Amino acid sequence: MRGAKSAKFVAGAIVVALAATACGSGDGEDKKNTGSGKPAGYVSIDVGEPQKPLIPADTNESNGSYVIQSLFTQLLDFDAKGEIVYTNAESVTTEDSKTWTVKLKSGWKFHNGEAVTAQSYVDAWNWYANIKNNQQNSFWFADIAGYDDVHPEKGDPKADKMSGLKVVDETTFTVELKDRVPYFNYKLGYTTFAPLPKVFYDDPKAFGQKPVGNGPYKFEKWTHKKLIQVQAWDDYKGPNKAANKGIQFKNYSSLEAAYQDVVSGNLDIIRQVGPTDLPKYKQDLGKGAIEEPYAAIQTLTPAFYSKTFKDVDPKVLQGLSMAIDRDTITKTVLNNTRTPATSFTPPQVKGNQELDTDIFTYDPKKAKALIKEGGGVPGNKVWIQYNTDGGHKEWVTAVCESIRNATGVDCVGDAKPDFATDLEARDNDEVKSMYRGGWVADYPVNVNFIKELYHTNAESNNGRFSNKKIDAKMAEGDKAESLEEAVKAYQEVEKLLVKEMPAIPLWYYRINGGHGENVDNVNVDFHGDIELPQVSVK
Amino acid sequence: MGRYVARRLLQMIPVFIGSTLLIFLMMYALPGDPVRALMGEQAFDPSVVENIRRDLGLDLPIWQQYANYLGGLVQGDFGTEIASQRPIADIIAEAFPVTIRLTLFAFTFTVLVGIGLGVIAGLRPDSVRDRGLLTLTLVLISMPSFVLGYLMQYFFAFQLQLTTPTVQDSESIGDLFLPAIVLGSLSLAYVARLTRTSMAENLRADYMRTAVAKGLPRGRIVGVHLMRNSLIPVVTFLGTDIGNLMTGAIVTESIFNVQGVGDAIFEALTRREGATVVGIASLIVIVYLLTSLLVDLLYAVLDPRIRYA
Repeated sequence: MRGAKSAKFVAGAIVVALAATACGSGDGEDKKNTGSGKPAGYVSIDVGEPQKPLIPADTNESNGSYVIQSLFTQLLDFDAKGEIVYTNAESVTTEDSKTWTVKLKSGWKFHNGEAVTAQSYVDAWNWYANIKNNQQNSFWFADIAGYDDVHPEKGDPKADKMSGLKVVDETTFTVELKDRVPYFNYKLGYTTFAPLPKVFYDDPKAFGQKPVGNGPYKFEKWTHKKLIQVQAWDDYKGPNKAANKGIQFKNYSSLEAAYQDVVSGNLDIIRQVGPTDLPKYKQDLGKGAIEEPYAAIQTLTPAFYSKTFKDVDPKVLQGLSMAIDRDTITKTVLNNTRTPATSFTPPQVKGNQELDTDIFTYDPKKAKALIKEGGGVPGNKVWIQYNTDGGHKEWVTAVCESIRNATGVDCVGDAKPDFATDLEARDNDEVKSMYRGGWVADYPVNVNFIKELYHTNAESNNGRFSNKKIDAKMAEGDKAESLEEAVKAYQEVEKLLVKEMPAIPLWYYRINGGHGENVDNVNVDFHGDIELPQVSVK
Repeated sequence: MGRYVARRLLQMIPVFIGSTLLIFLMMYALPGDPVRALMGEQAFDPSVVENIRRDLGLDLPIWQQYANYLGGLVQGDFGTEIASQRPIADIIAEAFPVTIRLTLFAFTFTVLVGIGLGVIAGLRPDSVRDRGLLTLTLVLISMPSFVLGYLMQYFFAFQLQLTTPTVQDSESIGDLFLPAIVLGSLSLAYVARLTRTSMAENLRADYMRTAVAKGLPRGRIVGVHLMRNSLIPVVTFLGTDIGNLMTGAIVTESIFNVQGVGDAIFEALTRREGATVVGIASLIVIVYLLTSLLVDLLYAVLDPRIRYA
């Protein structure tokens, strides 16, 4: 009987163990069958779990932005060519680039029936900008007069309203800026400038889980880490009214898994095909394969404080640029997912120009000569810092190989295990010589690619490039009377960049995605997002 | 025996605290700041980063952060995620049931098929079926799980169209079938080989000859005398394997898109969500401790010579 007795204890211990390990499972049971099943007429796309609650000014990563763009509509948007299309606004006008008048289309409503008024915008912007609310995109409002009162660099805010925002009537408000910003209306296309309904202020935290917007879709449900579902909103009045009945944003733990689901018809759209499937996705998907360029650029950014590049002669950088065989690398290693760069700005933005230079052309002889002329690279060795969790290793190796063969300068990758570590090294000025830089357009104007990256005080200028002449030229552009003049001034700045080389542009991005046979009209906007409202279901 | 179990359970408390401390310190030692990483490659405002860090207590010294964390944990509060601002208890409650289900399937598959194959082969050592099993398990052991995963996906989902390539609903048994088989197949190979060798050895033991000489029916000889003695190494292996199945599922989970523990901990790690990593990892430590306790108790059942005071 001894055996039987100990068996009883074992059974007891099993019960204890199960109770301990399964303590959480009761919660999962009542959510049964939330993962599968797509209502008819809905479109599914692989968009993962947003990092943060769904508040327009607190999201800048792509998963969250996708959902927010479907739920909220700002004043204006851009077409595929980067031209302004008015959505919620009737017009956005200015006489002096300093005071802007916004007229809203009347009759617009939030999903809960509340009217979208000038006040909805002004209150939302004031809330977003307030330092107490810790909104990630709060600095977008920094152009507006009175921003420093609600968002001081240190300490508590002195006011809760920006003095530059004034409501004129139900559908009109004015925005006064600190200084002239000729391209301010282009900034308004960013999702951060979306309005908020009154229910938001009652409980922002709950709102972030169940947002109420004014966009083409209204929120249905969010099963964390699995799926977000939004439904087309019948009363939507904007030009981008949904052509489908709704969208399911499905979370995938790998690009490969999502791809398998598109091929087998369980998922409609994949935003980016993984590297393993790139060589065959055009055959697999046929007409459903998407290959579109969008406004983003990848660069090698020298750290101007590093031993390698401190007080470097720009000729050395020009030489390194000419030592990179962009054509071959984009075609082979990168499987045509990029287009070789020919300037500092991608073609989709206003002010992109043909630069009269050969620094983007592969020419080993001249590259060698230029580096020699510029005094060579100290130690005859450069490092390229990159993060290993983003699929960069292959091209970094190829670029290094190209530089080494063309110029004899030794080049090695400096791998950081993940993006967080990579960013920390950049922020703390610990880059050994160059890092992999990337930039996606926030608004389709060349200013966005020049000022945000190469101005001495720009937050993203992690190479610490600093040139007084160029800063002065940018300031001139910002004082311009009109957008055209500002763009022109920045084009002049870009010409100077070629001489000073704050970065080595490598290539522009392309989106390589695809869709299944059940959907049609899958188009891509200027920053590489799928235009979901246009997608139609067969 | 009751006292033995109680003592073992009590011993888990210091182990749990020690493991949380270790993982906490490791997360702290990793480079990369979670709040800064949240801002990504775009422009951002450093004063907002400072503010969020202060609100979450991330600017405090490490010992104070740990004290705060333990203080919350004692009250059943696992903390809040930095980015999503959701309670970590919710994240654990979502991930664990999925993984436990997958693990149980894989485990059942391993036990049934593994021991079954082992018995079939072990009863006739050096026969054709024995060599067949050795070859099959050799293939399984040497094949990385992602190769097997993609192979199964290709074969069952695209050629035969029996299932969908990925898991659509992590609560349906049919959907979890494929990943469970892939997950369990490596352990299956080990279990089959262990059982086979152990049985083949014990076949020649003295007590076996005695049992045969006594004229016992063959079923009883194999089922009671042989099996019970041969299963000890197998049970030891299976015990530690439960823990491995739960934590080692990252690759399988990503191939079949199962949002379980592996996926959750990997994501938390790359985003430097310290509290999430510590919470999940500590729970896994507990799972390991409990299964090793179970194994120790099972020894007593299998072998009456082993007793716990």
